[in-house]
Parts: sequence; C-alpha cells; structure tokens
Amino acid sequence: MRLRPLLLALLPLAALAPAAVAAEDVTLAEIEREVMCPVCGTLLQLAEAPQAQRQKAFVSRLIEEGKSEQEIKDALVAEYGEEVLALPEGEGFNLSAYVVPIAAFVLAAIALAVAAVRWRRAGGGGGPDRPAAAGGPKGEDAERLDADLARYDL
Amino acid sequence: MSVRSSIAVLAVLAFVGLLTYGLVSKGTSNLELGDPAPDGPMPRLEGGGTASLADYRGRWVLVNFWASWCPPCRDEAPALEQFQRQHAGPRFTILGIASRDLSSDGLAFVREYGLTYPQLRDGDGSAADDYGTTGLPESFLIDPQGKVRLIARGPVDEEYLREEVAPLLPKARS
Repeated sequence: MRLRPLLLALLPLAALAPAAVAAEDVTLAEIEREVMCPVCGTLLQLAEAPQAQRQKAFVSRLIEEGKSEQEIKDALVAEYGEEVLALPEGEGFNLSAYVVPIAAFVLAAIALAVAAVRWRRAGGGGGPDRPAAAGGPKGEDAERLDADLARYDL
Repeated sequence: MSVRSSIAVLAVLAFVGLLTYGLVSKGTSNLELGDPAPDGPMPRLEGGGTASLADYRGRWVLVNFWASWCPPCRDEAPALEQFQRQHAGPRFTILGIASRDLSSDGLAFVREYGLTYPQLRDGDGSAADDYGTTGLPESFLIDPQGKVRLIARGPVDEEYLREEVAPLLPKARS
C-alpha cells in the first residue's frame, strides 16, 4: 500500500511517455525538407525570413507536443493552405502531380521503343554482323576505304 | 502536313500552353484605382466563421493586409487603431487581413496593439495575391460600391490617413 502514492505520482509521467516516443519519430529537419516557406517560395530548410522563423518555431512546438508528421503537416495546411506542402497530397487533382510525370515517362519510353524498332527495320542499325547500309561507300570509295583500313591495321 | 507532324505540333503547343498557364496562374493581379475590389470569403481571425469585403458593401472600408512577423506592420498598427476609433461607424471601418501568418501569432498581434477593427485570415496569401500586393503591409480604400479608391503600398501613418483617407470619407459621423 505504500507504493500507491508513488504510483500515483508517476502516473503523469506515464501519460507523457507516448508523446516522448512520438516526438522521436519526427524532427524539425525532416519537416523542413517537406514543407515550403509560403512567403519565400523555397523549402523551409532554406528559408531564413522572419515568417520562416515563426513557422519553424510553430513546427518545433508541435514536435514537443508529440504530434506526428502527418498531424504537423495537417496543422501547417490549416494555417497556410495546401501550397505549404512541398509535395502535394496524393489525392484528387493533386494526384496528377504524380501521375502525369510517370505517364509522360512511360509514353516517352514507348515512343522511343517504337522509333528504335522502325529505325532497325529501315536498316539503320548496321552492325558488324550486318551488311553495310545502302548509303555506304561503293566502288572506288569502298576500295579506298578498305585500303586505308588495311594500312592502319585496324 | 502528315498525321505524325500534326501530332508533334499539337504536343509542342500543349506543352507551351501548359507552361504559359503555369506562369499566368502563379502571377499576381494588377489591381488599379477604380477596379472592383476582390471580395472572396475568408475565415475570421477571431471567433470562427467566415466573412468577406462584400459584407461591408455600402460602407467605406480600408482593407489593410498585415502580418505579425512584419516590422512595418507593427509600426503602422497604432495609427490604424487610432483612425478606426476616430472614424468607425455605419459608413466606415478598417478591415484587417492577416496574410501568410499563423493564427495564434495574428491573435497575439491583435491583442498586443488592442486592435478593435474586424480581422480576417488569409493564411495562403491568395487574397493578398488577388489584390496584387507585392509585400506587407499594403492598404486599399474601397468605396461603398466596392471599387478601389486608394492604394497604399507600404505602411501608412497618421499623416497619410488624415490627408489622403479622411477627406474621402463621409463628413458626418453617424
């Protein structure tokens, strides 16, 4: 029974424990890399403007309160709007920020592949195992080329 | 022109159009005297809910964009509050808009200077962009029809308010 007052005294510390663990999950530097300074138009980690200092203090305060990364980002969006996020959330219209570059890359890769196949079919890929392209040297030119190659022992 | 060439030209035009749209959409407006003042709704800094300039139609309104982190905004705040106390009524008010500022910092600023005029919050700065602001603070005198009558780029002081703003306001204080 003498332990009971001690346990009661430690109870508030136990309540703080989850917050301390959550605080370890995210750092100011991590958040700074993923959010913008709305006034400067740069990443928060690069910004030194007075507004940016306030924003960093705000993030630090939320970290001390044990907020998660997502909760901190949500709080920043509530204050400054969606544009505070360096990378928009992957939902709704913002999804296009991720889908469009990937789609463009895939389309470009397909276009390159198709172009390469057509080029090879047209005889543009003349390698050592293939006959020279139709536009290669002929007649005297071909003989002179062979002589030159032989002279240089290639 | 072959189909392939047409597609290539269309693709280039689409790309240029996308870049142009990006540049235009990022640009700020160029509000001039006589233009209708933007009056989109914004959250109130205090008390919750939203409000807009349109709620004050029929009154002269001095729209003042500010932020707590902006030193010139601190410099002009006492003069603005004094002017509000002298002229506020059914025909005139100052309307503060805290732009790109934390709401807690904005509220602390309002308390620190004892500002009594209504305050809105423009967290993402879109209203400031709509007004074509290039910095803070900036003030716009809007007439009862919602047209811009004065633009002050930079801080205002007692002299500016007395000599430029006051003569435009209705004489009789109701």
